[in-house]
Amino acid sequence: MFTSLGRYILLLRLSFRKPEKFSVYWAEIMREMVSIGLGSLGIISVISLFIGAVAVIQVAFQLTSPLVPATIAGSISRDSTILEFSPTISALVLAGRVGSSIASQIGTMRVTEQIDALEIMGVNAPGYLISPKIFAGITMVPMLNILSICLGLAGGYIACAASGDIAPADYVLGLRDGFLPITLQASLVKSFTFGFIITSVCAYQGFYTSGGALEVGQSATQGVVWSCIMILFADLIISRIML
Amino acid sequence: MIEIKDIFKTFGDNEVLKGISAKFLPGKNNLIIGGSGSGKTTLLKCIVGLHEPTKGQVFFNEQNFTEMSFEERVPIRTEIGMLFQNSALFDSMTVEENIMFPLNLFTNQSRSEKLDRANFCLERVNLKGKNKLYPAELSGGMKKRVGIARAISMQPKYLFVDEPNSGLDPKTSILIDELIAELTKEYEITTVVVTHDMNSVMGIGDHILFLHQGQKWWEGSNKEIAHTDNQELNDFVFASRFMEAAKEKL
Ligand SMILES: Nc1ncnc2c1ncn2[C@@H]1O[C@H](COP(=O)(O)OP(=O)(O)O)[C@@H](O)[C@H]1O
Ligand SMILES: [Mg+2]
Repeated sequence: MFTSLGRYILLLRLSFRKPEKFSVYWAEIMREMVSIGLGSLGIISVISLFIGAVAVIQVAFQLTSPLVPATIAGSISRDSTILEFSPTISALVLAGRVGSSIASQIGTMRVTEQIDALEIMGVNAPGYLISPKIFAGITMVPMLNILSICLGLAGGYIACAASGDIAPADYVLGLRDGFLPITLQASLVKSFTFGFIITSVCAYQGFYTSGGALEVGQSATQGVVWSCIMILFADLIISRIML
Repeated sequence: MIEIKDIFKTFGDNEVLKGISAKFLPGKNNLIIGGSGSGKTTLLKCIVGLHEPTKGQVFFNEQNFTEMSFEERVPIRTEIGMLFQNSALFDSMTVEENIMFPLNLFTNQSRSEKLDRANFCLERVNLKGKNKLYPAELSGGMKKRVGIARAISMQPKYLFVDEPNSGLDPKTSILIDELIAELTKEYEITTVVVTHDMNSVMGIGDHILFLHQGQKWWEGSNKEIAHTDNQELNDFVFASRFMEAAKEKL
């Protein structure tokens, strides 16, 4: 456990050595951004709409007292979407989608000696393979998070319009009522951290794969499991510190 | 010239290499032979720095490679080409991109210069026009040849090859052997080939190192190998009926 942590930190340090040639790394960063960002648009959009809708319906269900204004449903679902649903659920989904592919890609390169081939050439393999992925992770995951928040709130609106539990006008009023910028900041800090966790943890699992195809599969699973645990742990810490 | 001094390598409590010293002749085909599990690959990886030896040193042109830092090794690394057992081509890149990859990272050549070099290397290994194929679309023999093209793209001084014949039919094996031998002569490369294939040994072995139980058991040329009275080497060389039958002629 502690040796793993040590190796993980050591690998991260190696990853951020000076690039051999910036242009080559830049091309890699662009490729990873497209793969992580564009590649995840579909799934993030779909789950965000549903989560936003479900959030409103559940809040409406719990608010049965006539003393509470109907607009409160909008405020509550806004805060929970921004703070928790969007960043955390997207990150868990991305750990499955992006993380497993990072771990299996790097793991395959390890067991087929492609990483050895890089090192023989004099390439800093952790730097070339891992740093572009981390960079793409910490930029694209927050962007996906913003998209997820917008769609989540839109999903809430659709749910109001469709079910009629809450008047859409009340929902919109509620969204605007008492908005605290710190919630959005916390959300962005979370998604930045989660982006780092997903890419670095899964890259670590892939990089230290040994054996064959079976072990590559195990690394991918391990990467996703550890990312999810770390995401929820980081979620707790950030919420505790920032709110 | 490459020189190794007293190389030991242990994995856990498995002592794989037990003090190997040798010199690899410049401009020649140096072969490391031995049975499966005798530590050939491990020795090769210790020489190129993919494994750190537990004890001992490796010298490239009198420079102590073992004691260098990662950064200090880079200039020597760019003079090393290596062909891996399963070719280890980058499977997300085309043939052409594979060959140009080291040029992209370590030279300031223009794109057309790099393309010219890639085409030259491809032509040299008889794969002209296969630029845009992906490794998954190549046969085993073609992968080896692309691997060779990538290994020579930086005009290396040293070429390391692990089991060039594994998984190839006899005819393709001989072609690959010949290609390696020709390149070695042509560009005066110091080549180190790991193999257990007697065809290669007799065909291209200028200087041969026989490993047995983690030690250097015998050293000599392919002219001498058939006439040695070393028991283990004889067992290895004449393990096949064909070689036994050919013994008289040698
Ligand atoms: N990375 C490693 N970790 C542990 N043991 C290894 C490793 N690489 C090789 N070995 C052991 O070293 C011995 C020699 O292996 P190797 O050098 O691959 O032999 P050869 O290439 O001659 O067939 C084997 O017993 C193998 O189990
Ligand atoms: Mg081997």
